[in-house]
This record gives sequence, structure tokens and C-alpha cells, in this order.
Amino acid sequence: MNLTDVTQKRGAISDMEKSKNNVKEILRKKRNVISSEKMIETFIFLCGISSILFIFSIFVFIFKEAYPFLSTRFELKEFFLSPQWMPNGEAKVEYGGMALLMGTVAVTFVSICLSVPLGMGAAIFISEFCPPRLREITKIIIESLAAIPSVVWGFIAITMINPLLIAVFNIPVGLNVLNAGIILAFMSIPVIVSLSEDAFRSVPTSFIEAGYAMGATRFEVIRRVIIPAAKKGLIAAILLGVGRAVGETMAVLMASGHSIRIVSSVMEPTRTLTATIAAELGESPKGGEHYQALFTIGLALFTISFIINFLASRLIGKKRRGKKG
Amino acid sequence: MFQQNELIKKKYVTERLVKAILGLMTFALIIPTLLILGTLVVKGAPAISFDFIFTYPEKGMTAGGIFPALVGTIWLVVISLLLTCPLGIMAAIYLSEYAPDNKLTRMINLAILNLAGVPSIVHALFGLGAFVLFFKFGTSILAASCTLAVMNLPVVIASTRESLQSVPQSFRMASLNCGASRWQTIRYVVLPNSISGILTGVIFSVSRAAGETAPILFTGAAFYLPFLPSDVFSQCMALSMHLFTISTQVVGVPDSYPYATALVLIGVVFLVNTISVGFRYYFRKHRKW
Repeated sequence: MNLTDVTQKRGAISDMEKSKNNVKEILRKKRNVISSEKMIETFIFLCGISSILFIFSIFVFIFKEAYPFLSTRFELKEFFLSPQWMPNGEAKVEYGGMALLMGTVAVTFVSICLSVPLGMGAAIFISEFCPPRLREITKIIIESLAAIPSVVWGFIAITMINPLLIAVFNIPVGLNVLNAGIILAFMSIPVIVSLSEDAFRSVPTSFIEAGYAMGATRFEVIRRVIIPAAKKGLIAAILLGVGRAVGETMAVLMASGHSIRIVSSVMEPTRTLTATIAAELGESPKGGEHYQALFTIGLALFTISFIINFLASRLIGKKRRGKKG
Repeated sequence: MFQQNELIKKKYVTERLVKAILGLMTFALIIPTLLILGTLVVKGAPAISFDFIFTYPEKGMTAGGIFPALVGTIWLVVISLLLTCPLGIMAAIYLSEYAPDNKLTRMINLAILNLAGVPSIVHALFGLGAFVLFFKFGTSILAASCTLAVMNLPVVIASTRESLQSVPQSFRMASLNCGASRWQTIRYVVLPNSISGILTGVIFSVSRAAGETAPILFTGAAFYLPFLPSDVFSQCMALSMHLFTISTQVVGVPDSYPYATALVLIGVVFLVNTISVGFRYYFRKHRKW
């Protein structure tokens, strides 16, 4: 072994040490990357669960404002069975939500009667019968319905549907259940059409082809194959249409004619749960009983929408799982 | 050949009948829509002028323009966007890239669906209880924007998630195989390839924020202000609120004034929507995969 060998070996050792250090450096860097990555991932996770946080805090904050009323003045029987909503009554203050609830039910019912058959019919026509070019145009027009803001719908109710109803039915004022129902139908039709179309499209092609192979006509395939297979999606579409109608505020406030009563015909004006909050919250003193009562209505609305959405998500979710398995 | 017996003939008659009925139903939807939009344009367009857009309302909001309302709407939309976008996009990244298929994820999905379905007036109550009173923002642009931001969150999450998931899985695999970490993959591969779709959804949510009335009713919008908002803690007017006021609360408004306001509002919403659709179309055409 001579000198040059030794120095070479030393060089090799120091090289090895260098590369060792390099590896350490790389590992340290990598650890930094990993720790900063952990931070980012935690942040992303927090953003991910924010929706749960928001839903929860919506409930908490509304409950917090409504709680004093719920714990003292509130009576279940009065709230659901009395038709007298008189927060500023001089002789007697009453918080009966039944007339408001009936108003919401009546308006929603009328709108569903119009929007479900029309929406489903249109969805079938668009997805099954329509020539492709017409389909694009039709879809754009129906989707543009969804883009019109609700206050503009209210304006349309006052300036266009109102005179139309007065002229057709010969009544003094055209702001009533029917008017609100028509407006709500227009507003929920895009929801119903697009969701039903999704449901129709998710029916496996093999089902449809099997139907045609048996010699069925198009209509028979639609009625016997596509609709039964898409049933769950269709029910979800109707449910979400109902949810839209129940929750709509400004358009209904402007179209329904502002009168608290149990309606006996579609030509009578009414007032819904949502419209009551919008109309009265501004003039009720903060923290007062009336104010808390309005938050209680809000709580009821939140619960209704939660139930509707939960059911719809169950229906849609099950359908997906069924497709996988 | 197959013989056309009575039964088959009958079947084809029903078929044609059904098709006609369904077609009629579709047209029963389309014609009123076109009539409504047409009426708005015909009655509103003549009143729209440079002065209408750039002057203040006069004479108790029976004349003049809509300038402060337009500016207020822009304030609300921009601030709510600044709040929703980061949160919504991050949430979508979590759901599309990280979330395992477990109970928590299902709960998040349910929460998003519910958040989208909560009535707008309930959002307003939440905004009032949380932002105006609890966080003490007062009735201000900030409180109203926060309320709008919560409302728009599910829209942004849903559209972002969709565009993230449209990036092919192989892109992610390739990046991970090169030794990139998960976040690096997202940051340098997934996001750049889906940014167009994300933007489309964000722009779409603008149109929703611009049109909403109920959530800003008690949280930040004023009936009438003779000046423009100076910072996020002042109140503002808004186009949608303005239309509500002049069509229900103020007497003696000439017919053309609310029509023109409605037309401007719809114009803004449709313009934004068209941009978003155009964007989507453009990027679909220029997609690399």
C-alpha cells in the first residue's frame, strides 16, 4: 500500500462522508417538506369539514336567538294549531303558526301540481324525443329560468302574472296563492328538469336496449323501463323541487298578497312562513318576543329543509350504490 | 316483412300522441319564459341610458338612476367571493383528493347538500344572529358578504370538486411516481389542469350572489343611501334590494323605472353566466387530454 493509495482512500472516505451529509441534508429537507405538507393538509382538512361547521352553527345561532321564546312563551299547541298570528295584537298577543304553515303548504302544493308534470314531461321530451339541435336550445332556455333572481320573479308576479290573472279570472287583485304557485313552479322547474334528466341518463343503456330488443316502442321503453329504473332519482327531483318551493322567500313575499289566513281557494291571498320572517323581522325590536318568535319560525324552516334534503340525499345515494354493486 | 297489424298500428299512434303531448308540455314552458324575458327587455330597454346607470336615485327613488345600487352589488359580490373562493376550493380539494370513503366524508357531503338547500331567509337569520350580532360586524357590507359567502359555499365546492375529478387519474399517478408529494401533485399537476373549471364555477357563483335579496335584507343592505360605501363596515344599497323597494315599497314609481332596474339585474346575471359558459366551452375545446 503506498501513499497515493492512502490519500485516495481518504478521499473516498471524505467523499462518503460528504454524501452522508448530503443524504442527511436531503432527509432534513424532506422532513421540512413533510412537516409543511402536514400543515397544509391539516388546513385543507379544516376547510373540508367547514360545511359541517356551518350547518351546525346555523342551527346553533338560530336556536340561540329563538331559545328565550322557546323556553317561556312557546306552546306547541298554539304554534301548530292556532291560526292567529298576532304578534302586535292589542287585546291578545298570539303566535299561531298554522295559517302560515297552511300558506306554505298551499303555495307549495299549487306549484308542485304545475311543475312536476310539466318538468317531468319536458325532461322526458328533452332526453328521449328531442332532436339534438332543439335539445341544446331548450336546455339553455330552461336553465336560464334558474338564473333569474328571485326578486325579479317577484317583480314578474306583480307586473305580468297579476294583470293576467285579473283579466282571465275576473278578480279584483291577482296576488294570491295561484300567482305565487305559478311563480314557484317556474322557479323549481329547472331543478326538477335537470335532476330528472340526470336520473334518466343514469339508467343503464343495456336495460333500454333490452327493451327495444323485445320489440317495444319508444314510449313503452320509457314507461316500462326508464321510468321504473329512474324512480328514486325522480322522487329526489320532486323532493328538491318541494324544498325549493318551501324555502323561496322574496318571490313569494311579493306574489302571495300578504294576508294571514287559512286559504279555501287558490284565488285568495296568503302569507307563507318565509315571507312572514322577511316582512316582519325588520320591524320587530331586536331581542323582543316577536323577534324570537320569528327565529322560531326560522328554526322550523331549517328543520323542514333538513328533512327534505336528508331524504333526497338518501334516495340519490342509494341509487349510486346500487349502480356500483 | 313484418306485418302491420292493428296492435302495432295502435302502438305507433300512441307513440306519436305521447310525443306530441310531451312536446306541447315543453313548449308550454318555453313560450312563457321567452314572453317574460321579451317583456322585460321591451319595457326596460328604452329607460336604460348612461344617466340611468351612472346617477343617483332622485325624488324619493321615483326617478334618476341606480348607480349606488350597482356599486353596492359589486362590493357585496367581490367581498363574498374573496371569502368563499379559498374556503370552497380548499374544501373541494379535501373532498376530491384526500377524503377517504368513511362516515365523516358522508357527513360532509350531507352537510353540503343541506347547506345548498337551506332557505335563503334562514341564511339571513343566521347572518343576523352570527355576523351582525355575535361577531358585532353590525349591519354592514362585511356581514352581508359573509352571509352570501356561506350561501355560495356549496355551489363553489360542488363545481370545483367536479372539475378536480375531471383531471385524469393517470396525471396524478405520473406525478406521484416522479417522487412528488401529495400536495406537490395537487399544487403543480391537478390545480393547473382544472383551474378553468374552477373559474367557471366561481364565476357562476357570482351571478347567484348578485341576485340574492333575502340574505342581505337584514344584514347589510339599505333602502336608500345618498352616498357610496366607504369601507366594509358601512351599509350599502344593492340592485336586488333596490328592485324590491321600488316595486313594492315606494308609491308613484313610473313603470319603466323598475323594469329597467330588473333588466339591469338580469343583464348582470346573464352576462356573468354567459362568460362562465363561454369559459367552459373554450377550455373544453383546448383541453390537453
